[in-house]
Amino acid sequence: MTILLSLQGVSKRFGGLQALLNITFDLPQGQILGLIGPNGAGKTTLFNVINGVYPPESGRTVFRDKDVTGLKPYHLAQMGMARTHQIVRPLNELSVRENVMVGACFGHENQDLGNASKIADEVLEFVGLAARVDQLAGSLNVAQKKRLEMARALAAHPYLLLLDEVLAGLNHSEIDSMIQTVLKIREQGITIIMIEHVMKAVMNICDRIIVLDYGQQIAEGNPEAIASDPKVVEAYLGDPRLAEQLLEEEV
Amino acid sequence: MGMTLIWGVMNVINLSHGPIIALGMFGTFFIFTRTGLNPYVGLIPVAILGLLLGVLIYVVAVHRVINAPHLSSLLATFSVNMIIIGLGTAALTTSPYNVDFAAGSFKLGSVTLLGTRLIAALVAMLFTGGLYLFLYRTRPGKYIRAVANNRAAAELMGIPSTRILALSFGLGTMLAAVSGALIATFFPFSILAGASYELKSFVIGVLGGLGNPIGALFGGLVLGILEGIIPAFMESSWVPVIEFGLFVVILLVRPSGLFGAKR
Amino acid sequence: MKIWHRHSGIILPVLVIAALTLWPVITGKASNRESAFTILKAIALASSLNILLGYTGYVSFGHIVFYGFGGYVGLFLLTENEWSLWTAMLAGGLASGMLAFLLGTAILRLRGAYFALATIGINEAMKAFINNFDLFGGPTGITLNFSVYKPYGGAAQALQTSFYAGAGLALLAIVLSHIVRTSKFGLGLLAIRENEDAAEVMGVVTPRTKTWAYVLSAIVPGMIGVLFFFKNGNVEPHDAFPLHASIEILVMVMLGGQGTVLGPILGAFAYQGMRGYLVTSEFFKDIQLSVSGALLLLIVLFIPAGAIGWLRHRIPTLRRVLA
Repeated sequence: MTILLSLQGVSKRFGGLQALLNITFDLPQGQILGLIGPNGAGKTTLFNVINGVYPPESGRTVFRDKDVTGLKPYHLAQMGMARTHQIVRPLNELSVRENVMVGACFGHENQDLGNASKIADEVLEFVGLAARVDQLAGSLNVAQKKRLEMARALAAHPYLLLLDEVLAGLNHSEIDSMIQTVLKIREQGITIIMIEHVMKAVMNICDRIIVLDYGQQIAEGNPEAIASDPKVVEAYLGDPRLAEQLLEEEV
Repeated sequence: MGMTLIWGVMNVINLSHGPIIALGMFGTFFIFTRTGLNPYVGLIPVAILGLLLGVLIYVVAVHRVINAPHLSSLLATFSVNMIIIGLGTAALTTSPYNVDFAAGSFKLGSVTLLGTRLIAALVAMLFTGGLYLFLYRTRPGKYIRAVANNRAAAELMGIPSTRILALSFGLGTMLAAVSGALIATFFPFSILAGASYELKSFVIGVLGGLGNPIGALFGGLVLGILEGIIPAFMESSWVPVIEFGLFVVILLVRPSGLFGAKR
Repeated sequence: MKIWHRHSGIILPVLVIAALTLWPVITGKASNRESAFTILKAIALASSLNILLGYTGYVSFGHIVFYGFGGYVGLFLLTENEWSLWTAMLAGGLASGMLAFLLGTAILRLRGAYFALATIGINEAMKAFINNFDLFGGPTGITLNFSVYKPYGGAAQALQTSFYAGAGLALLAIVLSHIVRTSKFGLGLLAIRENEDAAEVMGVVTPRTKTWAYVLSAIVPGMIGVLFFFKNGNVEPHDAFPLHASIEILVMVMLGGQGTVLGPILGAFAYQGMRGYLVTSEFFKDIQLSVSGALLLLIVLFIPAGAIGWLRHRIPTLRRVLA
């Protein structure tokens, strides 16, 4: 099994706040890794360190056997890493197709405009936005914008896809169809790390889960092991709603 | 100082600052020549008119674009600038005026100080102190700081942000008008004279940290000292080169200003 | 067919330039030629600025610095080294491009209003520097010797030649603008304009891309500077770096619609046309500045996307033609 991404003792601090402490894990190719934890546990910060938005204070990140610690987001994008954002960032005044073309043009395949346009149409078909290709991205609703974020990331044909709460704010049927989409992405051989609060989804589709609390890795393992880990339940007790959800899953 | 207030509170670069300074100059001029009132007494009507004008400009030109991209508010204030200069040019021509007034001079050791300048400096310090007290000690002042810090949160707590924004724009304008009035007591001026002071107030604002009244005073001091020292080493025509060079460098290195909080 | 579609946006702009060039030739009046030159110059400057402002979303308040700097370099080479107008124009453009490259590397890290402020500072610093720079004549500037015009058939003929050169530069500016707009590089710029962080995450190498946009937007203004001051006969710090002209160019781009090829052209046309009318009319002569200001205010407040942007929003089918 090839290791696609490896974090070795990554730490990040904001002023007095230790946002991440000594995060270490290996991610084999083709897996879906779930990243859970209470709000403010450092999940999004970890994404930001992985894809180069912030350099880590200490530790190394190795992506596809290259040390990529401290590289910029665009370097990592060009090496085959793509992500979505928790708070969507559509390019409002561009059309949906143009949004996705940006992903294809500047990602690691470095496509020209003609090919990018073809890829954009394929990917938009895949995420179910084919009917809206010529609309301005700003005119989409939230669920559609989330799909657009996903399409942009996929258009780069990445090796690694970071999904930051793609299910948040969606209704039940939207969640189900998004889960199907994620599984289909894995079938294409793309490795995924997803941050998610919707436990049903995390438990069902992740191969492995890492739990963060106050910037520390408090548990790691397959979904069953995580759900019965007392430390995890304890961490979530600060967030009763989530603890409840988690306990429900066990039943 | 008015610049830095408007900037800090609204995140708007006010390009109509210059002509308002010039209007302040003319305010003093007309009050002095028509009514013979002492220019320092004349400051009061100038300040009140400045406040009203500022509120008017805010309501007419700035309010609609305050949440729009920077470019919009820049252009809105620039169009106000054009309107004032255009009308001013038509009514007053661009030829220089002069307020013929002296407040004697004082000898301080070997340095002779013109009375008008000394009083201007005192009034400026008075205003800085007043502004500081206003911002930190009074209710509307605290509102202004709250709105500057986080407009959405301030609104949620029931602060009438539109009125507060209009008030701070008015205050900024008032300060510009007053400084114009003070400058008029010792320099000749024309309707176009505001432009160079506007550029200077950019530099001062950035030096001291935009949005920080005490910083503005320090910024002004630093600039004044620079203008005093540089001619000792090289020709005084190099002063603006240094000033604007410094301005760009500070923007790059410490956009919050020399005395601003570290971000 | 596909090529035709992609490049249909350039047709109208080229027609406008052609019409402007032919107008004085047909009427044969020198005054028309001067008006047309002013408009062509405005079109070239506005279209260039649009690459930075409209496509990349960075507001430069001191763009005129490239016009002045290029003009100075060109005139210096014309007088001291007796270069021809054409090589001097090229050199002026290159010099401005290089200046933009150096400045861009430094100040494009700043965002929003801080960038705008820095550009003002740079323009003023440059003006003050040239004022002290003896090689470029200090405060008196550089004056061309009359004999410079000899190779172009004397002063009168040189004016005619300058006019055609101006038309050529305007054409160059809009072709450049169009190529950028329809290229992959341009797509990267638009992505930066819409959301710089998102663009970075998608792999747009933002520092390099922004710097090249800055360079591209500086070259034609540098060349125009050389041409204008050649025609003018001399260059002084105050004529070379007028801050208000910077803002006038901004206004033109806004007026017509930023981020489109045609917008700045219409904006330049409308603004210069309006100014020409106001300056000469009996009634508005004195308050022309106020009238322009009031018009600008109305545009900013009510149709911030500019005329073309407004049309595009109203009538979606026009989107392709008005690219």
